Amino acid sequence: MPRFFRYLTPLLVFLAMAALLYKGLSLDPKKVPSPLVDRPAPAFALPELHSPEIQLSDADFKGQVSLLNVWATWCVSCRQEHRLLMALERQGIPIYGLNYKDERDAAIRWLQQFGDPYKAVAFDADGRVGIDWGVYGTPETFVIDKQGIVRYKHIGPLTTESFDRDIRPLIEKLRGATG
Amino acid sequence: MNLLRLLVLLFCLGGINTAFAGLEKFDFSGNVDEERYKELILELRCLVCQNQSLGDSDAELAHDLRREVYDLMNSGQSDDQIVDFLVTRYGDFVLYNPPVKPDTYLLWFGPFALLVIGILVLLRTVRQRQKQTAPEISAEEQARLNKILADADAANSNSNREPRS
Amino acid sequence: MIPELGQFALILALVLALVQSIFPLVGSLNRTPSWVALARPAAWGQFVFLAIAFAVLTHAFLVDDFSVVYVAQHGNTQLPTIYKFSAVWGAHEGSLLLWVLILGTWTVAVSLFGRHLPDVVLARVLSVMGMISIGFLSFLLFTSNPFERVFPAPLEGGDLNPLLQDFGLAIHPPMLYMGYVGLSVAFAFAISALMGGKLDAAWARWSRPWTLIAWVFLTIGIVLGSWWAYYELGWGGWWFWDPVENASFMPWLAATALIHSLAVTEKRGAFKRWTVLLALTAFSLSLLGTFLVRSGVLTSVHSFAADPARGLFILIFLFIVVGGSLVLYAVRAPDITRGGGFGMLSRESFLLGNNLLLLITTAFVLLGTLAPLLYDAMGWGKISVGFPWFNSMFVIFTPLLVILMGIGPLTRWKQHDPKMLGRTLRWAFVISVVAGIVAALPMLTDSLSAGFAIALSLWLTTTLLLTLQQRFRNKSGFAAIWRDMNGQGGRAYYGMWLAHLGIAVFIIGVTFVTQFDIEKDVRMSPGQEIELSGYVFRFDGTKVHQGPNYRSDLGTVHVSKNGRDVAVLHPEKRTYLVQTMPMTEAGIDAGFTRDIYVSLGEPVGGGDWALRLYYKPFVRWIWLGGLMIAAGGLLAASDKRYRMRLLALDSRTAAASAGKLSTEGRA
Repeated sequence: MPRFFRYLTPLLVFLAMAALLYKGLSLDPKKVPSPLVDRPAPAFALPELHSPEIQLSDADFKGQVSLLNVWATWCVSCRQEHRLLMALERQGIPIYGLNYKDERDAAIRWLQQFGDPYKAVAFDADGRVGIDWGVYGTPETFVIDKQGIVRYKHIGPLTTESFDRDIRPLIEKLRGATG
Repeated sequence: MNLLRLLVLLFCLGGINTAFAGLEKFDFSGNVDEERYKELILELRCLVCQNQSLGDSDAELAHDLRREVYDLMNSGQSDDQIVDFLVTRYGDFVLYNPPVKPDTYLLWFGPFALLVIGILVLLRTVRQRQKQTAPEISAEEQARLNKILADADAANSNSNREPRS
Repeated sequence: MIPELGQFALILALVLALVQSIFPLVGSLNRTPSWVALARPAAWGQFVFLAIAFAVLTHAFLVDDFSVVYVAQHGNTQLPTIYKFSAVWGAHEGSLLLWVLILGTWTVAVSLFGRHLPDVVLARVLSVMGMISIGFLSFLLFTSNPFERVFPAPLEGGDLNPLLQDFGLAIHPPMLYMGYVGLSVAFAFAISALMGGKLDAAWARWSRPWTLIAWVFLTIGIVLGSWWAYYELGWGGWWFWDPVENASFMPWLAATALIHSLAVTEKRGAFKRWTVLLALTAFSLSLLGTFLVRSGVLTSVHSFAADPARGLFILIFLFIVVGGSLVLYAVRAPDITRGGGFGMLSRESFLLGNNLLLLITTAFVLLGTLAPLLYDAMGWGKISVGFPWFNSMFVIFTPLLVILMGIGPLTRWKQHDPKMLGRTLRWAFVISVVAGIVAALPMLTDSLSAGFAIALSLWLTTTLLLTLQQRFRNKSGFAAIWRDMNGQGGRAYYGMWLAHLGIAVFIIGVTFVTQFDIEKDVRMSPGQEIELSGYVFRFDGTKVHQGPNYRSDLGTVHVSKNGRDVAVLHPEKRTYLVQTMPMTEAGIDAGFTRDIYVSLGEPVGGGDWALRLYYKPFVRWIWLGGLMIAAGGLLAASDKRYRMRLLALDSRTAAASAGKLSTEGRA
């Protein structure tokens, strides 16, 4: 009955909108996904935190599945996830650090105090590499595969829960992949 | 987590009000036109204080990105190139003016589709009504309206009207 | 003890809202006059308890009772008294209390001024408003209790957000809520008419003045918000298409369509379905606004503390109210008779066109507001839709609307002779186009936009003058105008006239300020002079100023033109002591054709300051236009044919009103 349907249209439009709004309640409007996912890691070359004479670059990621963790000593929530990072390091997951807009001495002291989970830390004093990586809220954690391609980005402090749900299965899958 | 959000919020609200964030002392005597620079940073969205433009935000990142925009302009890049630079890093989210591409056709052309549909429906309605010769208000309705209005007036002038039911 | 009284009053109000919504409705269906008669006392009782609750919360702020969590969060002993009042609605819980209080006020107003209504209609209207009240009162009591206590009570409160410590923003929410909530009256009338199956000219006449008044408040609320943003946020903007702003603009657009459509339904009995749907839409959009602002689904300037649980509650409420009313619409609409026929060229078709464009504007504002959410939910990525998009859409659709606005009032109902219309409009068209082209010439404004705006604005003005000429073809003199104004339909016409002229003024303001404003960021040392657009700004340094609850750097900027003093401005940079938030207070010299606007930035060393100087031509016209629109609405609402209704209210007896049951047929 087309005539009847005509008068149902407003209701249907509203129901569609209500469904959208319901869905919206479980979304976080502030989370911005990274366009880097499934793209090669942005090229960079930065001095290492502890030994500035060593240059770190995107080439260092190749050949393994690794994490890149963006952190800073001024970042309060970085401390929250630090314990988890230490545990992950013990589990043999290679973690690189990107020390973002920080001071070298403070960063080194911080790692001495809380422990150093990183294989190496790139020191990005002026935050330019951070911009290339689309960093907007520390801490952020990237998953990078064996070919050096970014596969995932987590914004905000990692928790055991979110790591086990989103990242661990991904790492295992990427490790299994050939090449 | 909540506390953190609150801090960000307070920080950003403060930022709204300083409104001076865009006031780094860049040198506009060279390649960079001040007007062009300001217009561009107002059309870009800050990722930290997400309800503010890059031009208004006082967030650390906003300062860095403004410097980046300035430097890119200074090196002769066009607005499109600069926008591209930011989009490859942060995504379309940074653009207050969403780009026209298949993904956003709904947004850009939806209103016009609606206009076309609306005009068609309107023409159909008017054509139907043209054929119709019914009186403007049906006689019954008019009588009812008159009666109600009369009732009110009667009530106005005559307070002890008798109940009728 | 006192705060518990407030909570108790809220609970009683909820109970009375239940009574008010159930008994009169059931009574109206099974024709039980005694149940129908409960509507009014229940509404009054509910209002009294809401007023008590509101007074209790206000009292808690005035005496700094920090044992109440809400007061502890948003009050402070140092807060100036006026802001202790406005702090009551400064955050989520209290603003919701204000909302229900205003709903209670409207309900009581309807019961007062609606005494001439058939009792069944009034009972149903009050019943529907009672249902809305149930929703908001339970929301308040179950998720957002403003009377919650904390023990031990803190010694000092967290203070009101400094952004809200401002007169404009203190009165902005009450105005806006009067508008939002006022639309519930039109909604309730529509539901009542749908239930009774009697959608007719009488229904349109009853709901028209209510809709107009709600719309006037909404207009004033929006104008105030925009004005506040202009002088308080320090960036000289007046509208940013933020979701919060859109949340108020969408119901306004729908209500604007509604008041025009109601005119057709009242005068010609046509567009009934459409009008009733608009009445449902307008209020639904104001509920949607509440959801958007309080649920946190969108990022916005001043969304209240976002809480998904609250969001879910409002969404369920929205689902029941809007979904239910649209189901009722779908069931009843097929039986609604069609009104009279009309020609292609008639006032009806122009009003229909106006409605179409207003609705499309509403739809695209809704689309733009929800698009980020839609794209995210569908997994199409995150996008932002900001002012550039809204402005481009607005610039395309508004001129179409303005063109129709010019023609509509000149056409006759039913049928208008095209040749005659052409003759009438000829000169208006020529004058506006020529003036537009001339204005756009390089030696004048050198701006196509300005020329276009002038053409549109003149088009409106000249066509409005033509309607006057038509109206006074056979009359002359001031006395005739006065008589005309106070006759039937007189003020409705002059109200339309004023409101439409307000749009013309608004167009000029918007276009000129966006096209020709000049802005300059400068670094100034004391004594230094800088020239901007013919004005010389001399910075006379800053001094430290101690406010009641803030400390500030108070700058002095002396402005002169051609050696003559224009103004001494005092831009200020405040730091509020509790929330330590920096706030700028712009120094503004307001003028009819331009504002001079100075805001103070940061000290940059050696007594130098960063300042931002603005020259803003015609910016006042934006709000002047808005106020003219509101005044027009008020004038129209005071038309003689509605006032006749008001006179009827004093002299009714209970017996007479019981007798009215028969006027409204059975459902």
